[in-house]
Amino acid sequence: MENSMGRHETEMNFKATELRLGLPGVDEMEKVPSNYSVLRSNKRSSPETSEVESINKTNLNTSNTICHDQDNAPPSKAQVVGWPPIRSYRKNSLQQKKGEEVGMYVKVSMAGAPYLRKIDLKVYKSYSELLKALENMFKCTFGEYSEREGYNGSEFAPTYEDKDGDWMLVGDVPWEMFMSSCKRLRVMKGSEAKGLGCF
Amino acid sequence: MNYFPDEVIEHVFDYVVSHSDRNALSLVCKSWCRIERFTRQRVFIGNCYSISPERLVQRFPSLKSLTLKGKPHFADFSLVPHGWGGFVYPWIEALAKSKVGLEELRLKRMVVSDDSLELLSRSFMDFKSLVLVSCEGFTTDGLAAVAANCRSLRELDLQENEVEDHKGQWLSCFPESCTSLVSLNFACLKGEINLGALERLVARSPNLKSLRLNRSVPVDALQKILMRAPQLVDLGIGSFFHDLNSDTYAKLKATILKCKSITSLSGFLEVAPFSLAAIYPISQNLTSLNLSYAAGIQSSELIKLIRHCGKLQRLWIMDCIGDKGLGVVASSCKDLEELRVFPSAPFGNHAAVTEKGLVAISMGCPKLHSLLYFCHQMTNAALITVAKNCPNFIRFRLCILDATKPDPDTMQPLDEGFGAIVQSCKRLRRLSLSGKLTDQVFLYIGMYADQLEMLSIAFAGESDKGMLYVLNGCKKLRKLEMRDCPFGDSALLTDIGKYETMRSLWMSSCEVTVGACKTLAKKMPRLNVEIFNESEQEDCDMEDEQRVEKMYLYRTVAGKRNDAPEYVWTL
Repeated sequence: MENSMGRHETEMNFKATELRLGLPGVDEMEKVPSNYSVLRSNKRSSPETSEVESINKTNLNTSNTICHDQDNAPPSKAQVVGWPPIRSYRKNSLQQKKGEEVGMYVKVSMAGAPYLRKIDLKVYKSYSELLKALENMFKCTFGEYSEREGYNGSEFAPTYEDKDGDWMLVGDVPWEMFMSSCKRLRVMKGSEAKGLGCF
Repeated sequence: MNYFPDEVIEHVFDYVVSHSDRNALSLVCKSWCRIERFTRQRVFIGNCYSISPERLVQRFPSLKSLTLKGKPHFADFSLVPHGWGGFVYPWIEALAKSKVGLEELRLKRMVVSDDSLELLSRSFMDFKSLVLVSCEGFTTDGLAAVAANCRSLRELDLQENEVEDHKGQWLSCFPESCTSLVSLNFACLKGEINLGALERLVARSPNLKSLRLNRSVPVDALQKILMRAPQLVDLGIGSFFHDLNSDTYAKLKATILKCKSITSLSGFLEVAPFSLAAIYPISQNLTSLNLSYAAGIQSSELIKLIRHCGKLQRLWIMDCIGDKGLGVVASSCKDLEELRVFPSAPFGNHAAVTEKGLVAISMGCPKLHSLLYFCHQMTNAALITVAKNCPNFIRFRLCILDATKPDPDTMQPLDEGFGAIVQSCKRLRRLSLSGKLTDQVFLYIGMYADQLEMLSIAFAGESDKGMLYVLNGCKKLRKLEMRDCPFGDSALLTDIGKYETMRSLWMSSCEVTVGACKTLAKKMPRLNVEIFNESEQEDCDMEDEQRVEKMYLYRTVAGKRNDAPEYVWTL
């Protein structure tokens, strides 16, 4: 009993400082929302597909993304090298096209910079990737994100304008929600952004 | 034993055109072989390592057209590591040295360097036609050399090659004096091209019949080009992106109306929604339509277009057309002979086409003889129906995206379905299998597929018997390729003489061992048995009991090749 309580304590503390993809105010112990993308290892349940797995151990690429509630997740299909048999040329242009079809270019402005930049949000799979890219692009750092304090302690903070025209702090909402509501980005000076971090 | 002088026989031989017939002629007697040799103009070499370039040149001094294929077919699916081989340079070098009057070079799955293209362009005064399919290793600089130096160039056809784009002005390298172009296909190039140069080139090429553009050619340039070349028969559109209300679109529609000769359409690498209506006026003339790269077209638009294409013989599309869409194809395209349905989301979960679409096609298109079909599922009942409706299949390639999926209705393997296909289609030459399959399907193939020349297998079979049924039964088998099948040493070694009657055998992730491959190589000196050792370990001596990950063997009179990379061991 004691152990589990103790563990609960430490978990809570840990989670408070973690950059999470949960809705603000949600109980830490609640399950992750169902639109959470996850990188999972390949766990097969159907006998036919397990045959594939055993024959093809060396070729399996075990990373895969699913977008399902974890309880009812269907067996994820491993991406086997060379299957389906599509010419690499064709496969490459398919991927290119997919990227372009749903490419999400948004303007990014930086406090004090004379011109704007543009980035394709579709290239990034998570906040950490996006923030790293922004840090590289503008040669700045954002520091640790926390729900309570935002990017407290850093010179700059990433913000975005959402569908309603409001300026929001990047990182508060789940990634998918951010992707669908972000209209443009702005790297604000830490002092400008302070107002956004408070609830 | 000739009753006619040589000149007469030569004249008769002029009428014998197909490679296999000519090969047969040369086997009749020594003098026919001699006559055939000197009059042979077109040579096809299905495996560039089966014979040396020097030997070719020595035997056929009148050579004008050479077709070469390099890497094994499964290289298309990333199963052959980089650097395996298939270099064209030694061939061009040998031909150049020998003073052969080469006019046409057709390459598939070969490594073509800029140097080779440069040498090619400077060595043959009458060079007319270069066709590169699924090749790699060259850049637009090589193309510039061809454009600049091949004075009588008629055809430059680049299909699905990996070309490094140096953003040079290769198109501008065609001299003003070059007016002989009949066919130009650069759809696979990724970079920008000089639009002015393209327009001028088209304007001075009155014989231009086939033009396939890349994505960088925008619609206004397309319109200008079409104005200059209303005689085009085959058009590949690059970008079809435009504002539907613009003048450009109106002009385009008017121009397209004038292109009454276009019977083949492809490309649409970029498409604006609802813009296909511009094509309707020429759709009824189309015999060939390739929209397999047109990811931007919605299925409803696609279906509307196809309703206009009553004369279609060849159709390549993506599976977003759906089963219903295939139903429309079946009712609109009664002359359909070749169909390819490609997956738009190979790793996705949505159902795009299933057995229903194929059954609909088989009911509406009895002339169908070539099929490549990527689908989510297939049933035995459907295959049996298709076999009954379409007995004329020459090529039947089915790819179920879940490689070992059984019949979803009965949970049975698809042995009976494919069995029906091989039994009914007596002219079947090429077959690709997928889905859950036991040894039984191979029994059927061995029994019925007399004309089968190429068989592709993946994740199928239960024991060595499967492979043996095929090797024993298919007398005309030339190419056998398989991956992830439980066929092992016993299957490999039972009938080793068979492999000299075939072009090649590919086995990857099967159950053959190093020892068996060594045995085979020792007994059959006219086979090159290659094993790929891709492990990082410096295992100089592989244990005999070790399983071979990839093996490729082929008959050859050229002996062991000297350009194999480190990881290829020729035993």
